[in-house]
Amino acid sequence: MASIELVQVTKVFDKTAVIDRLDLTIEDGSFTVLVGPSGCGKTTLLRMIAGLDLQTSGSVRIGGKDVSNLAPGQRGVAMVFQNYALYPTMSVRENIEFGLKNNKVKRSERIELVESISETVGLKDYLDRKPSTLSGGQRQRVALARAMVKKPAVFLMDEPLSNLDAKLRGQMRIELIELHKKLGVTFVYVTHDQVEAMSMADRIVLMNGGVIQQEAAPEVIYRQPGNQFTAQFMGVPPMNVYELGANGIKFGFRPEAALLSQSQTQSQSPETNLNTNTPQWSVRGTVATREMLGSETIYQIKSGDRSYMVKSADDQYAFDQEVQLRVDASRIFLFAADGSRLLESEPDYAGYMDRLRGQRHG
Amino acid sequence: MKRMEFNYGRWLGVILKIAMGLFFIFPFLWMLSTALQTLKETLSFPPVWIPASPQWDNFVRAMNGGPFAIYAKNSLIITGSIIVLQFLIMIPAAYAFAKYSFVGKPLFFGMTLLAFMIPTQVTFIPVYLLLADWGLIRTLWPQIIPFMTNAFGIFLLRQYFMQIPQELIESAKLDNATEFKLIWRIMIPMSRPALATIALFSFVSHWNDYFWPLVMTDSVSIRPLTLGIAALKETEGITNWHVIMAGNAVLVGPILVVYAFFSRQIVRAFVYSGIK
Repeated sequence: MASIELVQVTKVFDKTAVIDRLDLTIEDGSFTVLVGPSGCGKTTLLRMIAGLDLQTSGSVRIGGKDVSNLAPGQRGVAMVFQNYALYPTMSVRENIEFGLKNNKVKRSERIELVESISETVGLKDYLDRKPSTLSGGQRQRVALARAMVKKPAVFLMDEPLSNLDAKLRGQMRIELIELHKKLGVTFVYVTHDQVEAMSMADRIVLMNGGVIQQEAAPEVIYRQPGNQFTAQFMGVPPMNVYELGANGIKFGFRPEAALLSQSQTQSQSPETNLNTNTPQWSVRGTVATREMLGSETIYQIKSGDRSYMVKSADDQYAFDQEVQLRVDASRIFLFAADGSRLLESEPDYAGYMDRLRGQRHG
Repeated sequence: MKRMEFNYGRWLGVILKIAMGLFFIFPFLWMLSTALQTLKETLSFPPVWIPASPQWDNFVRAMNGGPFAIYAKNSLIITGSIIVLQFLIMIPAAYAFAKYSFVGKPLFFGMTLLAFMIPTQVTFIPVYLLLADWGLIRTLWPQIIPFMTNAFGIFLLRQYFMQIPQELIESAKLDNATEFKLIWRIMIPMSRPALATIALFSFVSHWNDYFWPLVMTDSVSIRPLTLGIAALKETEGITNWHVIMAGNAVLVGPILVVYAFFSRQIVRAFVYSGIK
């Protein structure tokens, strides 16, 4: 059981600070996902927790204990790597056992642990096989078993699912969530894939350029993004963001927040009438692309030189069709010129919203 | 049509391989043939290829031509010690060069490569004087100490170690493995073909070495097999090629055995494919 604290950590590579005086607390027992574009410092952060890269300054604490100068093997952490890093000359059993042997665990106890873990991950029949004879999913399980068997207080995972095919990845996501529930220890998971972050995390730490952009539960990150970067990074397709045309202010809305209707019939349709009381922003455009995904359809609506992504349950709109796009004011986000979020409580908010409504086309 | 052309090329390949094989095996066959001839046959022209009656006695004469038990013991001690010592020094050195960065690494590695390129004939006099200074000349050490490291081996092994993914080493460190354990359980098992190759090359070159022991020894008690066999030449005034060749056949025996044992590993060392 261990929380992780990073206090004022700095990491310098070749005289450039990749991470500069960063503070982060990862709660005990949480499933925390570090997510961000490549090169944002998320892997470096994970490797500093593991002790594989030493921080240039600052300290790392695990379970309240300062581990800044402890060797990786002494920190009570286990790590799963992207390419699994199984020892190719050892059998599955030897792979799982290796850490136990190094920690001088007795033989009888070792055998028992390996048996029970291999049962948990469904590898019992493969214990004497070499990793090279296993499939990607099985190798992944060996890597997990090897980490689990040491009963670590902290599980670190560096993009562990990115070498699996899409179907298996979906399955492993669910298994990892279950595993986390069962073990109840701290999981720190690094990925560049926001879908993985949203689906597994109970806490997301979104990073960019070595700086934490936002740290919150997935729902909060999605519904209340703290800035433009967060808003556009989380969600597929990303949030539509365009210039408002005043003071560098931008407005944005999620693809699923937009409602489409046929352009010609807009004033007569009953649903439009229903919404006349709620303030809206609307624009007229044509369908430029249409991706039918089954339960929903993604449209790209071109209007002037702007194009808006719209996700809709309605698949009736065809290519080149003229449509009306409407967004409730309550689902519009405003961002300041520096990318920070402009909240409703701020004095200028109403003024900018009025200005946006004034741009209504159609 | 295409099939015909393919077969034609394959036949050509087979013929070329046979020709190459004969080219390399010919000296061995000639050696064996000479070892079974009489003195008169060895001196006749044109050369006799198949002896009229095999003279197995030549082998007895060769082995009785000197203290071969001592020669063989010396050869075994020298080559065995060299291989063991080389491994003790080479493996950690190659590991450090491949996986660590430290002050002066390019310089040290450059010096290692340089040692690889200097022929022994350039260094033997200073080395002799140094060992004489240490008072080691009448021992087996002068035939061992200069070969305790193997620059070629360090180079080959470093290349091999560099291909081992860094994650494996990191994973072992997270598994609380010591550096020794990491080398013993991961680096060595993963580079067995390279190690076999180096051991074989080292074995052949030191088992067959003639020049160095000739310079470094002055008495029978510390001489290896190569010098013992060369000494057979002088026993009766004229060159006893049949006895020398019988001795040589005995000398190369172990090499052929070792090669047969290692050949598969060696091929693999040069066609390394990692397991991902």
